[in-house]
Amino acid sequence: MDDVNRQKLVILGNGMAGARVAEEILKRDPAGALFDITVIGAEPHGNYNRILLSNILNGSQTEEEITMNPIGWYAANGIQLLIGTPAIGINLAKRRVMLLDGRQIPYDKLIVATGSRPFVPPIPGIDLYGVYTFRTLEDCKSIARFARQSGVAAVIGGGLLGLEAAKGLLTHGPAVHVVEMAPHLMAVQVDSAGGTILGRTVAGLGVTAHCNKATVEILSDEGSRVRGLKFKDGSELACDMVVISAGIRPNAELAKEAGLVVERAIVVDDHLKTSDPRVYAVGECAQHAGKVYGLVAPIWDQCAALADHITGVKVAGAYSGSLIATKLKVMGVNVGSMGERDAQPMDEVVRYEEAERGIYKKLIIRDGRLAGAILVGDTEAYDELLGKLRSGAALPARRAELLFGAAPAADFSLAGLPDDKQVCDCNGVCKGKIVEAIQAGKTTVHSVGKATRAGTGCGSCRKMIAGLIEAVAGELKADPAEAYYVPAIPMDKPALAAEVKKRGLRAVSAVMEALATREDEKSKMGLAILLRSIWGREYIDERDCRFVNDRLHGNIQKDGTFSVIPRIYGGVTTADELMKIATVARKYNVPTVKLTGGQRIDLLGIKKEDLPAVWSDLGMTCGYAYTKAFRTCKTCVGSDWCRFGTNDSTALGIAIEKKFQGLETPAKVKMAVSGCPRNCAEATTKDVGIIATEGGEWELFVGGACGVSVRKGDVLCRVKSQDEAIRMVARFMQYYQEHARYLERTYDFVPRIGLERLRAILIEDAEGLCAGLDERVHASLEAAVDPWVEDTRAGAKYPGQFEGLRRVALPVLA
Amino acid sequence: MPSIHMTPAAPAEFVAVCDVEELPIGLGRAFQVGPAAIAIFRTRRDHVFAIDNRCPHKGGPMAEGMLAGDQAVCPLHSFRFESASGRCDQEGMCPIAVYPLEIRDGQVFVNPTPLNERR
Ligand code: SRM
Ligand SMILES: Cc1cc2nc3c(=O)[nH]c(=O)nc-3n(C[C@H](O)[C@H](O)[C@H](O)COP(=O)(O)OP(=O)(O)OC[C@H]3O[C@@H](n4cnc5c(N)ncnc54)[C@H](O)[C@@H]3O)c2cc1C
Ligand code: SF4
Ligand code: FES
Repeated sequence: MDDVNRQKLVILGNGMAGARVAEEILKRDPAGALFDITVIGAEPHGNYNRILLSNILNGSQTEEEITMNPIGWYAANGIQLLIGTPAIGINLAKRRVMLLDGRQIPYDKLIVATGSRPFVPPIPGIDLYGVYTFRTLEDCKSIARFARQSGVAAVIGGGLLGLEAAKGLLTHGPAVHVVEMAPHLMAVQVDSAGGTILGRTVAGLGVTAHCNKATVEILSDEGSRVRGLKFKDGSELACDMVVISAGIRPNAELAKEAGLVVERAIVVDDHLKTSDPRVYAVGECAQHAGKVYGLVAPIWDQCAALADHITGVKVAGAYSGSLIATKLKVMGVNVGSMGERDAQPMDEVVRYEEAERGIYKKLIIRDGRLAGAILVGDTEAYDELLGKLRSGAALPARRAELLFGAAPAADFSLAGLPDDKQVCDCNGVCKGKIVEAIQAGKTTVHSVGKATRAGTGCGSCRKMIAGLIEAVAGELKADPAEAYYVPAIPMDKPALAAEVKKRGLRAVSAVMEALATREDEKSKMGLAILLRSIWGREYIDERDCRFVNDRLHGNIQKDGTFSVIPRIYGGVTTADELMKIATVARKYNVPTVKLTGGQRIDLLGIKKEDLPAVWSDLGMTCGYAYTKAFRTCKTCVGSDWCRFGTNDSTALGIAIEKKFQGLETPAKVKMAVSGCPRNCAEATTKDVGIIATEGGEWELFVGGACGVSVRKGDVLCRVKSQDEAIRMVARFMQYYQEHARYLERTYDFVPRIGLERLRAILIEDAEGLCAGLDERVHASLEAAVDPWVEDTRAGAKYPGQFEGLRRVALPVLA
Repeated sequence: MPSIHMTPAAPAEFVAVCDVEELPIGLGRAFQVGPAAIAIFRTRRDHVFAIDNRCPHKGGPMAEGMLAGDQAVCPLHSFRFESASGRCDQEGMCPIAVYPLEIRDGQVFVNPTPLNERR
């Protein structure tokens, strides 16, 4: 390459805008003929997707997964990357950027993409141990680390980011409070009614919101640790950690000191040029036509316009500002907002509210055209509305049509969309691009994402991508691997079950031999459960397809010993039972005896060799605490003793545990029964929960969880008697058994199938399945045997099952 | 290191450990052979191999693990190790020691000096 003709282009800031603009320039100049590009970044990483940081915080994604341009990408594209050292000055006259380590980087053209930083209110205590901001990968890692040992965390700021932070914090254990100065949450995006509904949903997730509270001080204990917050009204909130999310401030100081025109941020024209013709600014540090944008969609538009101008290759055209419209998922709640938030006196307002389901929609209509919209809980109509807002088209006389979108017919309306219609707002991918990828053979949402990036941001457009695949390719290959029952066999559960039955495959090795594309242990484990449920007593039980826990019927510990947890039905025990456990614990020198979170007793540290003896000395039933099966049914004391108890929760819990013991399931299943809505047995966050109600009825919840995910169960039905409750639980269990993927907990299964559909199938018997389900669950329960009995009665099931290390002496060397 | 008593230059002799039939099909068993704790596996295709019983990751008891083809899967965190090379499927993890193994007349012999000295 002729270096003389190449200009030195320096991009200052390696964030969302900086890396994107480099990509846009490369797109227009793939050979790199125009520029010799250097990217300067203060963060010690390649470029990662900042909007996915909350997933780092809640642990659902890894650093690698959210990285968009790994460090190697830069060199591979001929870009010099200088990371880890911030710039400390720009010299416009000498055309240099000064770095903290003393280096000076010359430029012919400079693009400032320094983004913004969290605004930290100037209140006392801001520098205490346990106070964090939420902006970078490092922030998230520190917050997560600290949160694990925190009891109560407070987030200052109830905006989008504050709520995301709150949600992330929840996953680490502390109780979480959000403190907001405005009268309601997410004040930038939604109005007060929307905020109230959102607040209710957020509270349901376990976050306590305090609105109208201005924090004036972060209080400390004698040392330098956080102890609480103090508010303007004199009240206080105890907490041991604080995350500040009180807005952002553009990083515009360097530009200002250099002499560029800066108002709220660096002022740019329609080509993103600053007051110096060699210098551009883009992203959150730039101000265009009086507006500073804090979302990625407008930033993508800016990057395209800038690249057009700087390369002279026109693809996008000049930048004329972006409409502020956002569709987000905040704490699992879909929120869309566009245009104006509050109505003017003469405006027509159309409002729809359904507090129970957390749905709120509002349209502001001015002179017959849409001026703004807010959608909380259901954003189906978002695209339709955004189109109307953009085009200024006349609205249908029946306004309700706007609120609920046109009738379903989603796919042909998708096919009719113009090619330049943006589908993925996070990555700015339009329909045309996606269709191209589909035509090139990408027929899964995942592969389209890999090819175009669409759907890899917040994920809210994945449904649309799926629709497009259906419309273009005829059928959606739902990410095949996702639908497989086990990874090694490319079939979903019904297909696999049918094949297994057709060929009469009764052993895992036979299925692997006949159908698997590769060997893997997870698949063997999953198949074992499926085959057992299909063949019952005819199943050929090969022990090598079981994980060690299922071979030794206890949970392997980090030192190779095992835990033994016998059943204590409904958490109710007796003096005799306790003495038996105590005797065993003594006899085998059990190092740790612990009460579990499942209302029973764990004997930890048992040697493999001792297991059979421990089981038979206990003479109790196996608690299945180590495997994918029905685990426990926790109970509360209920009407037997409790002054609030309205029904006998203990008796029902014990009956349930006796009924379902030994049932293997696609993933573990935990149940609980509470005697009144105070819910001391925590039934609403169990796979199956039952709560006694005033008037002698029982309310059944399904799909609850409080492990990795926290989800409140959905109310399946109300029944009048214990027998009826057990019958409904059994029916649900069998349906779950037959339709869930391996390792799919009910907290994923129930939302996947949908509560309405479950009710239709299990209660109204809309598909005529109930009789069959009832019969089959009965058969499985009949076939269940206690593994502790089974494997001690006739001795070891395979050589070495209960033997430890066997010693072999070395021959004596001459 | 398991082979403290022997110099690699002078490998110890093969030691009879057990009958093939004493190995569970598709699983492993643990043996202490002189100074070395060794896990011996027998695949469903009757391939028998010997690796260290201590997972190089966090010391998991390999013999309790499952087999995925010719790979042994540690029971603690599911790292996989190849039977022939000892290579781990996780980046940055060192290979596990592999011991020479022979079957003579239905008897399993191993040599307690590993093939691949761990790097
Ligand atoms: C023993 C116990 C902790 C305790 O000392 O209290 C326990 C111990 C383990 N839990 Fe648990 N969980 C125990 C109650 C719970 C509870 C509370 C409950 O059941 O009411 C939960 C939250 C409820 C839920 O599941 O929704 C819980 C959520 C988990 C999870 C997260 C599951 C999820 O998908 O959210 C895992 C990981 C997994 O399953 O993949 C897990 C995994 C584990 C494992 C099996 C990890 C492992 O594979 O080694 C731990 C085994 C230790 C051992 O060898 O004993 N444990 N675990 C509790 C046994 C209860 C029992 O009597 O059976
Ligand atoms: C947790 C979180 C969630 C978000 N969620 C969404 C969402 O769902 N949807 C949405 O549209 N937007 C979201 N946003 C906003 C979005 O991330 C930003 O609008 C976007 O990142 C702005 O891009 P930028 O390049 O201007 O700034 P940044 O991405 O912040 O990049 C600026 C970079 O410049 C570097 N830098 C600054 N000063 C210097 C210096 N002196 N020397 C060297 N380097 C420097 C910084 O270290 C940084 O890496 C979210 C933001 C956060 C923090
Ligand atoms: S018992 Fe449960 S919460 Fe505790 S360390 Fe083990 S898996 Fe984690
Ligand atoms: S100890 Fe073997 S994988 Fe962790």
